[in-house]
Amino acid sequence: MALLLSKTIIDTLRSQRGLLLALRPQWRCMGSEVPVDDIVNGLSDEQKQLRETMYKFCQENLAPKAQQIDLDNDFKDMKAFWKKLGDLGVLGITAPVEYGGSDMGYLDHILVMEELSRASAAVALSYGAHSNLCINQLVRNGNEAQKKKYLPKLISGKNIGALAMSESNSGSDVVSMRLKAEKIGDHYVLNGNKFWITNGPDADVLIVYAKTNPNANPASHGITAFIVEKGTPGFSTAQKLDKLGMRGSNTSELVFENCRIPEENVLGQLGRGVYVLMSGLDLERLVLAGGPLGIMQAVIDHAFPYLHDREAFGQKIGYFQLMQGKMADMYTRLVACRQYVYNVAKACDQGHINSKDCAGVILYTAECATQVALDGIQCLGGNGYINDYPLGRFLRDAKLYEIGAGTSEVRRVVIGRSFNALYK
Amino acid sequence: MALRALVGVKRVIDYAVKIRVKPDKTGVVTDGVKHSMNPFCEIAVEEAVRLKEKKIVSEIIVVSCGPQQCQETIRTALAMGADRGIHVDVSGKDYESLGPFQVSKILAALAKKENVNLVLLGKQAIDDDCNQTGQMTAAVLDWPQGTFASEVKVEGEKLKVVREIDGGLETISIKLPAVVTADLRLNEPRYATLPNIMKAKKKKIETVKPEDLGITLTSRVQILSVEEPPQRQAGLKVETTEDLVTKLKEVGRI
Repeated sequence: MALLLSKTIIDTLRSQRGLLLALRPQWRCMGSEVPVDDIVNGLSDEQKQLRETMYKFCQENLAPKAQQIDLDNDFKDMKAFWKKLGDLGVLGITAPVEYGGSDMGYLDHILVMEELSRASAAVALSYGAHSNLCINQLVRNGNEAQKKKYLPKLISGKNIGALAMSESNSGSDVVSMRLKAEKIGDHYVLNGNKFWITNGPDADVLIVYAKTNPNANPASHGITAFIVEKGTPGFSTAQKLDKLGMRGSNTSELVFENCRIPEENVLGQLGRGVYVLMSGLDLERLVLAGGPLGIMQAVIDHAFPYLHDREAFGQKIGYFQLMQGKMADMYTRLVACRQYVYNVAKACDQGHINSKDCAGVILYTAECATQVALDGIQCLGGNGYINDYPLGRFLRDAKLYEIGAGTSEVRRVVIGRSFNALYK
Repeated sequence: MALRALVGVKRVIDYAVKIRVKPDKTGVVTDGVKHSMNPFCEIAVEEAVRLKEKKIVSEIIVVSCGPQQCQETIRTALAMGADRGIHVDVSGKDYESLGPFQVSKILAALAKKENVNLVLLGKQAIDDDCNQTGQMTAAVLDWPQGTFASEVKVEGEKLKVVREIDGGLETISIKLPAVVTADLRLNEPRYATLPNIMKAKKKKIETVKPEDLGITLTSRVQILSVEEPPQRQAGLKVETTEDLVTKLKEVGRI
């Protein structure tokens, strides 16, 4: 037998490096990655370590499943995976320690969002909805009893969270929402629908915005936020949506038919829901900007090694100037986005939340991610266009970020208006 | 009897990085290359932490020899659950020639200084693949050794160590204090959780120089040349057994 083994194979096995890769095949998808220079990124030692942990965890536990999750439009192991995220302490990353949280900042949250997105942008989107839209809103607006009741299970990963704002005729124009909440005795009775709700089919706890006063003037003062539990009579979810990208991050319609929600489930003040919504939206946009960063990193992780493997006209195609130019453009887009996002996050961590820049980071990173994903497909040529390679998935996933959490158009309006206000 | 454990953690080029040899053949390219903890050292740390969780070990001290960046490796071990770190500062020429001979003397000196009764190390490092440090440390200390461990159990004043050997598994019983080196199947290391990363920030790392331990780092090994492994040659298909025999005879293998 030994005779038949070529000397090279024996050499490979003798080196522990080769043996490790042979024995732990999940490590194979790692390693070709393009390094992230966190010294340039200005991260603290702990943040560098957080990225390192999340990178390793996501590449070993999530990346190998990402293609299948996309193909099936279903993440079968979501519950188990959520428990693992809970154990790592990243679900309640911005929540206080007393409820089981990690009491960290938005930059830390973004690093986790980025590394998850690098492995599977869809699962990361569900993470964003859970950890920021649901948990962080409860942290910021919930009263003591609500926090005690809901946060520990959401933070440990036992429960899954969501937030419902949009309706089929009320997306960016959120104040025009129609979901009605009528007060009857010590309950509110909800009637109407919500649409495009991330984690809708899976969520155990949902934050839902509804109109408590349809005649309020201005209309925005008639909106109130509620905490809704799965299984509440009159509350159901309709069909899971078949999306272009972010497949496996389940999205659905929510249906409320005479759904009775007790008074104590009002989140924040009655009629002040729009403030809960708008202030939360700034941080939502900021944290979700980690998504496009992770997608761009995933694109270059796959495209750059390919350029140094594929040959044409007698040389690796990465040595052609047109491809060198592509690498430079894709890389600089990514790192410029990263600096913008990280700096706005650092400002938010110091308590300086600037709506204009929170809209700015997601506007810019989302459009860059779509462009970088397109470039990635071009780098791989024919292989970029077939689904044996993940480049198509990156493009489809990236496009969501130009639409979700306020479209690019609305983000531009937010930024434009802030300048109009300067010259009033 | 609660044990005190010393765990060695080596900073190496990450297992997944493609290794490049320096053009002058004096070594491999390390600048700008991702480094991480040697995977077998990670397994050793994990084992120590599990022993601590079972209250068999009372304190875990991790040690790494090398330049300033080794503190990152120590931090990782602290985030996994070790109690404190010792960074043995070795840099420049001394670091380039640092090998198992010098490291084992350092580890032995620290084991005595810190009064530990268990030294846990990786069976070998994935950079130089020496597989000598554990054995040499045991020799310097004149302690028994359990190498290539795939199972470690404390039984009173003794350690039961299941060893991975060529033919299968060998179970030995050794007296404490002892040196144990971890093989791949001993355990699966945990991920450092976020709360533990933050706790590690408060844990102490002490920096010492080899001379503080009374050790001189002269090396007896001179590296003549470092070269890439040969490229694997393309294979050849043969139709029949006779053809195979003929070909093997041609290349002088039989």
